[in-house]
Amino acid sequence: MSRYFLIRIGQSLLAIWGIVTIVFVVTRMLGDPAVLLLPLGTPDSQIQELRSSLGLERPMVVQYLDFLGHAVVGDFGLSYQSFRPAMEVVLERMPATAILTASSLALGAVLGAATGFAAALARGRFLEFVVMCFALAGQATPVFWLGILLVLFFAVELGWFPTGGWDGPASLVLPTMALGIFVAANITRLFRSSMIETLSEDYIRTARAKGLMPRTIFMVHAARNALIPVVTMLALLAAELLGGSAVTETVFSWPGVGRLLVQAIDSKDFPVIQAGVFLIATIFVCINFLVDLLYTLLDPRIRLGR
Amino acid sequence: MRVSSKFGSIAGIIGVSLIVLLIAVALFGPLLGLASPTANNLMARLAPPSFNTTKGLHLFGTDQLGRDVLSRTIHGARVTLTIGATAVLLGGAIGIVIGLVAGYYGRWVDAVLMRIVDVQLSIPLSLLALLVVGTIGPSLQNLIFVLALTSWVQYARVVRGQVLVVREREYIQSAHAIGLGDVRIIFQHILPNVLSAALVIATIELARVIILEAALSFLGLGVQPPSPSWGRMLAEGRSYMSSAPWIAIFPGAAIFITALSVNLTGDWLRDLLDPKVT
Repeated sequence: MSRYFLIRIGQSLLAIWGIVTIVFVVTRMLGDPAVLLLPLGTPDSQIQELRSSLGLERPMVVQYLDFLGHAVVGDFGLSYQSFRPAMEVVLERMPATAILTASSLALGAVLGAATGFAAALARGRFLEFVVMCFALAGQATPVFWLGILLVLFFAVELGWFPTGGWDGPASLVLPTMALGIFVAANITRLFRSSMIETLSEDYIRTARAKGLMPRTIFMVHAARNALIPVVTMLALLAAELLGGSAVTETVFSWPGVGRLLVQAIDSKDFPVIQAGVFLIATIFVCINFLVDLLYTLLDPRIRLGR
Repeated sequence: MRVSSKFGSIAGIIGVSLIVLLIAVALFGPLLGLASPTANNLMARLAPPSFNTTKGLHLFGTDQLGRDVLSRTIHGARVTLTIGATAVLLGGAIGIVIGLVAGYYGRWVDAVLMRIVDVQLSIPLSLLALLVVGTIGPSLQNLIFVLALTSWVQYARVVRGQVLVVREREYIQSAHAIGLGDVRIIFQHILPNVLSAALVIATIELARVIILEAALSFLGLGVQPPSPSWGRMLAEGRSYMSSAPWIAIFPGAAIFITALSVNLTGDWLRDLLDPKVT
């Protein structure tokens, strides 16, 4: 078992190194920051000056190693916009994204688990049909469109909540609904199919044969095991959402990481883009690692790293 | 994770019919003689949907430049479906070949390719798309390239898994025995056996790619004006939400219907072909 985790840690580190490399290749080799930074028609001499002051004239390998060395300690240089450390600029936006992630995951998990469970119990009946229609609709609705509709109805028409920005807890309601419905739709479908699959397992038949109460079978024997893939899915969704849902944050003018990245891309603020992508991808890799850990803890049938 | 349902085949038929309808609209819609999707008409700005023809017929209303929303939505179907299909085919071609090679040759080839897959999967795909398009600049080719880039991984993983099983079958052993070359074995004898799994992945990916394209266009990083795209129309309509909600409602509904029909078809195909895709 410990050997498996050592390998997994190695893979995670490899992934993070790969990400740093991709970020370097994409931002340094596909576009010349000096040319992009200066207005069109700047004389060549000035471009050269900026290039040498940014260290862009050094061989690519040297630049790469330099970048790698600084990336390890989270140093991506100063933001071209605010002239503050890029990582600091990104970290400032993290709390807003984290709050939104937590609230929408909570809403999505509770709503999704309840409806998924109901759909599995009502197998073949009208209730299942209704639940699955909602889940399918939820999955096909682009979050940003739902966001716009929610703003139109609850903020513009009814005036119950602010249209966007961060202005007290009320601002959290609409973005949470938009993302929570998306999360719930995914959880509902997964939990339902996982429940149905679990209910066909041998140990459920054994439990029935022993004469256990159906409620005990559903709640204890089936639901607990059927929740394992749901937990994984929730963790993966958490990783995705912690990366800042760029469009949702844009729709609600939410001061999070996703919106920051879109703004940084618009203004070609490369240090901020690099710091943001690095941070998000690292969080993503760590959560994936934790999910694997959790998996082995939750399901004794999984014997990994034989 | 196969869960068949008595609603399954009905849902599948609805899904396929909707897709056929969408393709028909994309192909023949422009022949209906509607106003050009890029023709401005400042006299008819922000006209609400109506059958009234005094300012020209605008069933879905007009936008802030007086362009016909119905016509733009129809042309948007062309743009979206073309981009989605191209990206999924391109990503599919790359992913299937990589999956075949990794699964067939195994050993270090497999190890290297699968590590690359792991690395790519450790970056949220929408972030990768945002990063690449943001750096190389938005254009139609770049958009398709990026969407394909986010999509090949899924094919590669699933196809590789299938190849590992197929590789051990007797007919592959006998193909080796009669001295067929690797290329011929891979493409003539293994490929047909992994196509049904790839088809299921393609439908899942198509829905994802369409929504991602809309999201990128919404952020101004996708399809560029004046070319109509649903995501872009949503972004433009956002500012007029309170006075002219139809500008954003119709393209949003179009994305919804497209994603829904592709999802329905995908679920049905998965039940039908059951290639153990989870």
